[in-house]
Amino acid sequence: MKLLYFAWLKQKIGTGEEDIPLPDGITNVGALANWLKARGPNYGEALEDLSVVRFAVNQEFADLDHALAEGDEVAIFPPVTGG
Amino acid sequence: MIRVQREDFDVGAEMAAMSGRNIGALSSFVGLVRSKDGDESIGAMTLEHYPGMTEKKLAEIEAEACERWALEDSLVIHRYGRLEPGEQIVLVITASSHRQAALESCAFLIDWLKTSAPFWKLEERGDGEDWVKARASDDAAAERWAVKK
Repeated sequence: MKLLYFAWLKQKIGTGEEDIPLPDGITNVGALANWLKARGPNYGEALEDLSVVRFAVNQEFADLDHALAEGDEVAIFPPVTGG
Repeated sequence: MIRVQREDFDVGAEMAAMSGRNIGALSSFVGLVRSKDGDESIGAMTLEHYPGMTEKKLAEIEAEACERWALEDSLVIHRYGRLEPGEQIVLVITASSHRQAALESCAFLIDWLKTSAPFWKLEERGDGEDWVKARASDDAAAERWAVKK
């Protein structure tokens, strides 16, 4: 699956994009976020407070209980501030 | 039409380019980079976005406006990259036979764009950089259009 990070999440994690296989046993966005948190202190810090983090799966906004499948594009970013 | 671009835009030229069979009203909104936030000066800002999803969301929002109002034409331009105070960030133009549809759909487009298009602003301040935080008032502005659905 493709993971994309934007704004301060990209800065804290230290990369904007990575490809990983869908981890075993991970079936939704919330489980993926928790799995990522344990990958390192940079991920832990970036994803510490999920109330200020938003997700998109295949370019549509998604909640923590949104199901995931191999090959999905998952983006992780702060609430949007355009306009 | 939707355009996501680094370059500036010419509001007059874009207004003149709106086309339809019976345009009686053009409404527009232009968003600019502020030079101050309260008493604090802002140097410049950099707009980051999510290529692909940005275009998709803007097209969805525009399609919804065309469904809800009788529009002859519409245009949304949103810039990205580094912008100085006073520079133009976003343009919305709506064209209709009558003013109410043009005015309302223009307000709808900018309100919805602010809460659903994946852009993020990084402001340069005196002592460093700050990611702009989302405002609850923007959510409320978008929400007032949801209840009418």
